[in-house]
Amino acid sequence: MIRRNPQDRPPNLPLDRAQDRPLDLVRARPGPSFTVTVDGRPVDALEGQSVAAVLWSAGTVAWRVTRDGRPRGAFCGIGVCFDCLITVNDRPNRRACLVAAASGDVIRTQRGEGHDDLAH
Amino acid sequence: MTSPTNRLAVVGAGPAGLAAALTAAHHNIAVTLIDSAPQPGGQFYRQPAAALGARRPQALHHAWRTWARLRDRLDAHVAAGRIRHLPGRHVWFVELLDRGFILRTLTADDEPEVFAADAVLLATGAYEKVLPFPGWTLPGVVTAGGAQAMLKGGLVLPGRMAVVAGSGPLLLPVATGLAAAGARLAALIEAADPRAYGRHARTLAAHPGKLAEAAGYAGRLLRHRVPVLTRHTVVAAHGTDRVEAVTVAALDADGRARPKTERRIACDTLAVGHGLLPHTDLAGALGCRTDPARVVVDAQQRTDVPGVWAAGEAAGVGGAALALAEGEIAGRSVVAHLTGERPRIRSTAATSRTALRKFAAALDAVHTPPAHWAEQVADDTLVCRCEDVTAGAVRHAVTELGAADLRTVKLLTRAGMGWCQGRVCGPGVAGVAGCPPETVRRPFARPVPLSVLARTPSPTEGRQE
Repeated sequence: MIRRNPQDRPPNLPLDRAQDRPLDLVRARPGPSFTVTVDGRPVDALEGQSVAAVLWSAGTVAWRVTRDGRPRGAFCGIGVCFDCLITVNDRPNRRACLVAAASGDVIRTQRGEGHDDLAH
Repeated sequence: MTSPTNRLAVVGAGPAGLAAALTAAHHNIAVTLIDSAPQPGGQFYRQPAAALGARRPQALHHAWRTWARLRDRLDAHVAAGRIRHLPGRHVWFVELLDRGFILRTLTADDEPEVFAADAVLLATGAYEKVLPFPGWTLPGVVTAGGAQAMLKGGLVLPGRMAVVAGSGPLLLPVATGLAAAGARLAALIEAADPRAYGRHARTLAAHPGKLAEAAGYAGRLLRHRVPVLTRHTVVAAHGTDRVEAVTVAALDADGRARPKTERRIACDTLAVGHGLLPHTDLAGALGCRTDPARVVVDAQQRTDVPGVWAAGEAAGVGGAALALAEGEIAGRSVVAHLTGERPRIRSTAATSRTALRKFAAALDAVHTPPAHWAEQVADDTLVCRCEDVTAGAVRHAVTELGAADLRTVKLLTRAGMGWCQGRVCGPGVAGVAGCPPETVRRPFARPVPLSVLARTPSPTEGRQE
């Protein structure tokens, strides 16, 4: 597993309250936000959001690097394409669009073709 | 007969599965409703987790009252013990043994479980078809349905300036949903020519509700000042670490990008889709007849394997209303099968199914991808996203290595051998290779850890339930 440094991360969108617009649309009253870490960096998350949703809220759309070094993130959003693979609490190859974020999750971006677990 | 708690297993809790489960439960059939999502509703009625506290989830939905009725009936049957709802479980294999069906599932944490049933109804839904183009693997390029699913379920947007592109009726609600949620819509790019609807005027006129729905979307597009370009296509997405712009071009009468019509549109999100493809894997593994577009069913939604029904998108993509009608018909057929009574199919459900299938066929005929889309795919464009196989490698397999069918292309290039089991790249590889689409038989409906297979008892070792 090659751990990527935070400064290697793909550029993020500038953050403002734009991520609140969908919450406002459905008049959401989420619970208090909690923190997960993404490659060591603290990121705010809401209970009920998938890891992919947490990353999108933080302005991050890329979190996997393919074997030839190209960035990927969520594509199908419904668990079919496996493009959004990510390591959550030391378990590699989780589909970020399906896994619910939980307080204290240690999330790491992953690299390669998604066979990390077989190398252990 | 097994225990009365396991008589009908319904796979999928979207509109078709819910309609079937509710119909069967209403006739006192014990139903096990197995669904991969944490909440019922499928993709169409996907909604935020309760913890997000959405007080107005219907703002992102169409036909919410229908959903509210389905949910209330489901709750009542679950409370009465007639439906056992098992969310968060993905059925990866169904087999027919001499004493009935066995359904094998995995939880999100890959924990295996096994369920038995006398009858199985497959309401496995569909996923989105996306044809490749240069730049389609850039982050920020997502499927149209994926953008909608992340919005409906997670209340998030991938960016602020979106282009929605491709072809099909899904693009309208996706574009209006993104706009309502605060994204700016730089353009809606539809490959079809709306004049083609003229050839289906009579079919369309028979569905005033659908026309009103479409008019509603059109009105919202106007209100959000979304530029709409029909007979256009995205020929490339640009960017290094994420999408920064797309190039679109007008299509000529043959479905080719017209020279000198290209224009560049800045965006940080491209939501793209070219229609839906049904999940037919469980049916295929059971030996049911399938074709690339559906599980083949009869007038009662029965497959050609006794005891197995299919309804909704799995039996041919046609939308939520058709799925509800098919689910109800299938449910009644199951009741007749399990009770020995004559099937009582409501004529209104059958009429509705006929009309809605005709409507779906008309939409399908109008919303075809550009005929020569594959010509836009450069040799260095990846077609298989999992295995990083380029269009050039696929073309090489065909022209230099003599591959004449998709299976040989796959064996020579690895296209389709990755995590997604070829679901995403299938149509793209077929188009680039110039091969007709094939019915793909996958032994399992999702990747299964070897540790789970190793622990799976053979039929002679008995059941876990």
